[in-house]
Amino acid sequence: MAEVPTTGHETETEALTSDELLVEEVSIDGMCGVY
Amino acid sequence: MTVAPDMAVAPDTGGKAPAPGKLTDLFQLGLDAPICLTWELTYACNLSCVHCLSSSGRRDPRELTTAECKSVIDTLERMQVFYVNIGGGEPTVRPDFWELVDYATAHHVGVKFSTNGVRLDAAAAARLAASDYVDVQISLDGATREVNDAVRGPGSFDTAMRAMGNLRDAGFRGFKLSVVMTRQNIPQIEEFKAIAEEYGAQLRLTRLRPSGRGADVWDELHPLPAQQKQLYDWLVGHGEQVLTGDSFFHLSAFGGALPGLNLCGAGRVVCLIDPVGDVYACPFAIHENFLAGNVRETGGFEGVWKTSSLFNDLRKPDTGGACKSCGFYDSCRGGCMAAKFFTGLPLDGPDPECVQGYGEAALASVSASAGLPVPRPSVDHSHRTSPSRPRASVPVTIARRRPPAHDCDESPLAGFEAPSPDGASGGCCR
Amino acid sequence: MTFDLDRAWRVDPRVSMRPEPFGALLYHFGTRRLSFLKNQTVLAVVRSLADHPSARAACLASGVAEAELPAYARALAALADSNMITERIPA
Repeated sequence: MAEVPTTGHETETEALTSDELLVEEVSIDGMCGVY
Repeated sequence: MTVAPDMAVAPDTGGKAPAPGKLTDLFQLGLDAPICLTWELTYACNLSCVHCLSSSGRRDPRELTTAECKSVIDTLERMQVFYVNIGGGEPTVRPDFWELVDYATAHHVGVKFSTNGVRLDAAAAARLAASDYVDVQISLDGATREVNDAVRGPGSFDTAMRAMGNLRDAGFRGFKLSVVMTRQNIPQIEEFKAIAEEYGAQLRLTRLRPSGRGADVWDELHPLPAQQKQLYDWLVGHGEQVLTGDSFFHLSAFGGALPGLNLCGAGRVVCLIDPVGDVYACPFAIHENFLAGNVRETGGFEGVWKTSSLFNDLRKPDTGGACKSCGFYDSCRGGCMAAKFFTGLPLDGPDPECVQGYGEAALASVSASAGLPVPRPSVDHSHRTSPSRPRASVPVTIARRRPPAHDCDESPLAGFEAPSPDGASGGCCR
Repeated sequence: MTFDLDRAWRVDPRVSMRPEPFGALLYHFGTRRLSFLKNQTVLAVVRSLADHPSARAACLASGVAEAELPAYARALAALADSNMITERIPA
């Protein structure tokens, strides 16, 4: 199952899945349907 | 604290809150406003690109007035729509273009406008370089005049280059150079990167869809399966340096996801406002089936976004349909709604360019069932000098696919021939 | 990045914050980055940062349990990294 892309802010001490992150970041260009 | 209904029950984590879950699942609750949207200001255009998604060329007499446009901007400000992609047609040919861009930025709506460069002289470039809130996107579909002009028309390459030079000379760094990837230009991918670097631009590669006039040239222009893989690998190698507008999420089935939300945003996080105020699910779906309403209605754009039955349907959870049993559905989400619609495929099945090859099989059965016309755009503003195009009522049988190399051959590459290196296109031109 | 919960923070003035049913969207007009706050608590924390002498105080006031502080610190670190929130001089 593909993971939702993250900014890689997980620390080395705890490998978090993207599901557990409280904040996720995407480029404003990351929405499909805008040319 | 309001708990989202779809929050997973957490395992015992010593008092921690339940995991918020996948980002994309959160959108099931709908958004109070689009995150961003495309606003086509006019159907008028100085060009007649063969693949134009909005079939632009001639202005529509019913286009929104300057006052109506400002009212739309007021609504976008109130709804806190962060960012608008202003396109067309060619938006800069509207006499009130600069007035509207200034009005938008003064009202907290970020603007990127998408242009072929025709009006980007040195003065315009200087004006843009002085503004923090206006971004520019130049369209180019070939790294050479030959490849580009075959799609966008004679002189279009030079126009784009001149505009980019003006932006560079004015000190505007980071404008977007946006390319629609085709069979003919994928071999030029490194040259596009070089052009972007030369002009201080950020490269943006996007997907060709069979929308608008794109339906007429889809067979000749869309990438071949091996090229899709090549493109995917290249994008993975270039990470977030190269933008895609999330237009390649259907390629996620090749491996890891590319940057972006990786889902169809139509009616969920984005939509289109067209030059006459019609609101469509997305710019690639300009067809009455995807028309949600009009900004001139009593509730305006906000009413359409919040209450349209089309949008409410699109916001229902996606169950996968025929793709449910495929292990890759979670990454590709069944691909692009518009690509399926305009190739005559069912929306709950594979994308025509499904990387597993299921789209090819589905298309073969569409051509095999005679008498079912593929949907045509309901709106066509093409210049009258464009070659005439088939009308919806004419049952034309076009061989949309090569027949399979061998009936039993399961390989999607069966019968594949490498494209000719000079990029010669059989597409129509002015 | 180790986030300092004991310093004073605030939302960058170039950020537009938009509450949503799931939490909130933050858009930075300068960087053009978009952040998703995935629950109402982290929104409450972010909104109240400027009103508290420290991020820790803002978290506790918003109902974050001690055991949850590391997760919220990571969230705030992500926001600081993308310039959505910046340090401020406490009054």
